[in-house]
Amino acid sequence: MVKSSFRLGDVEFANRVFVASGTFGYGDETGDLVDPDRLGAIITKSLSWKPRDGNPPPRIVETASGMLNSIGLANIGVHEFIEKRLPHLRTLRTRVIANIAASSIQEYCDVLNLLEAQEGIDAFEINVSCPNVKEGGLSFGTNVELTREITRQLRRLTRRPLIVKLTPNVTHISEFARAARDAGADAVSVINTLIGMAVDIQTARPRLSTVTGGLSGPAIKPIALAKVYEVSKAVDIPIIGIGGIGSAEDAVEFLMVGASAVQIGTMNFVDPAASVRIVDGIAAFAEAQGYADVASIVGSLKADVSYSVLQSWL
Amino acid sequence: MNRFQRGARLIRLEEVAEGTYVLALECAEIAQRTLPGQFVNVRLQEGSWGPLLRRPFSVSRVDGNVLELLFNIVGAGTRLMASRRSGDILDLLGPLGKPFGTETPFETAILVGGGLGVAPFPILTADLRRRGRSVETYLGARTERHLCRRHLENVLVATDDGTAGERGTVVELVRRHLHDRMPARPKIFGCGPTPMLKALASMSLQLGVECELSLEGDMACGIGICQGCPVERTSGSKKYALVCTDGPTFHAQDVRL
Repeated sequence: MVKSSFRLGDVEFANRVFVASGTFGYGDETGDLVDPDRLGAIITKSLSWKPRDGNPPPRIVETASGMLNSIGLANIGVHEFIEKRLPHLRTLRTRVIANIAASSIQEYCDVLNLLEAQEGIDAFEINVSCPNVKEGGLSFGTNVELTREITRQLRRLTRRPLIVKLTPNVTHISEFARAARDAGADAVSVINTLIGMAVDIQTARPRLSTVTGGLSGPAIKPIALAKVYEVSKAVDIPIIGIGGIGSAEDAVEFLMVGASAVQIGTMNFVDPAASVRIVDGIAAFAEAQGYADVASIVGSLKADVSYSVLQSWL
Repeated sequence: MNRFQRGARLIRLEEVAEGTYVLALECAEIAQRTLPGQFVNVRLQEGSWGPLLRRPFSVSRVDGNVLELLFNIVGAGTRLMASRRSGDILDLLGPLGKPFGTETPFETAILVGGGLGVAPFPILTADLRRRGRSVETYLGARTERHLCRRHLENVLVATDDGTAGERGTVVELVRRHLHDRMPARPKIFGCGPTPMLKALASMSLQLGVECELSLEGDMACGIGICQGCPVERTSGSKKYALVCTDGPTFHAQDVRL
């Protein structure tokens, strides 16, 4: 049997498939449709200090092979999460990664501190890349210095794996990966959603209440792959690849290009059973290649870097 | 929660009114558990991303292991639905959502449907009759050809062009009838376009009649995860409820349309 598990810091994950923040709630709501213990990790919906209502509707729009969302980080807040949702998560075997979103560096630190004191959180993913809120989010993730500073301050507060989730809405994502790495991040998640919009021509209005939103789904896979590739040439820390993964084949593309693990996001809305199928499909692929460990797929891309256009800015 | 993801076999697809289709699917586990007001989220095709997301449809009627959906062709998704063939397998998620409250004490159910809002009324009617309640049904449609009266009871209609029943809106029709004769211990169940639901909610408030509405909402997951289908609450500490899990049925006074 192929070895599927992998380590990040002191944490061992059963496999390299996680479910992305915002696509699996707080991990305790879809047990009737998918067994969370088959997954490497659940990443929680972004948690903020106070509960957030989120943006007014319309918040979602289907687009060609994808969707736009402008949820606006609607969440129950870190206090209610700890009190009402974490107890159930502690009973699961799967790993729990708390995703944190905030409007100020202090708020990131306050939320992390509170979670750090709890049992049951295995790692942190820092959301500096949400395109749907006015404060925080992208205004951090598109600023290299702020990304570095937030990572630096959070690093001091925990020894658990610290993952920084990067936005593709920048010119050179590799700069941000380097900044996060320099400041002590254990890994980076690549990518969050891409800024996009849609228009209702009958009313001449944007289809989202916030005008623009984040694009996700199969349409963004080629972009995500290129970003993972770029980051893989810039830093040695593990990369968790995200972007339009709908099948095991998609996931293997990300591993080959340099991701150590992947996140399934939008596909969870389309097919709740997909994430588990992808876990099994990756193992089957590795087995068919004659590998003893899924790790052999990671970074196995055969590419002559001299041909890569990206080289000019790495 | 007890929801299922299952393949359902397409048994029958037929046009039952102008532009309105019934899709009958065999799926024992979902059909047998569906309560009036619940819906299924339908995957239109596998292995392709156009369209990507599922489409939610009220369960219109249940007959043994078969559930029926009612739909109009309004876009790419429903166009695809209308092209599926007998024997095709469609991936369903269901039953989803909070059903209509038929257990509360009332004697007469007044069903008010606008256009495709008639969809959940057959299964609702069957449930109400099993509980021994009286049922009065009011339907509104564009023309006589657009009306769908199957499996309903005591139906009065209003059409935009007057080709059947009264000319005008269904809410006006209901208002006139209730003004003339308010039935014993009534409860209104409404389903249809949002402007119609607003008018119905306002009317029921004026008359002091309990009213439950089935709302529509743009949905992605349909299972309470993505937070894409919010509706504003009128009270309580949380600003929004989710149509897919807190609804789709709501007390009219609990939501702001």
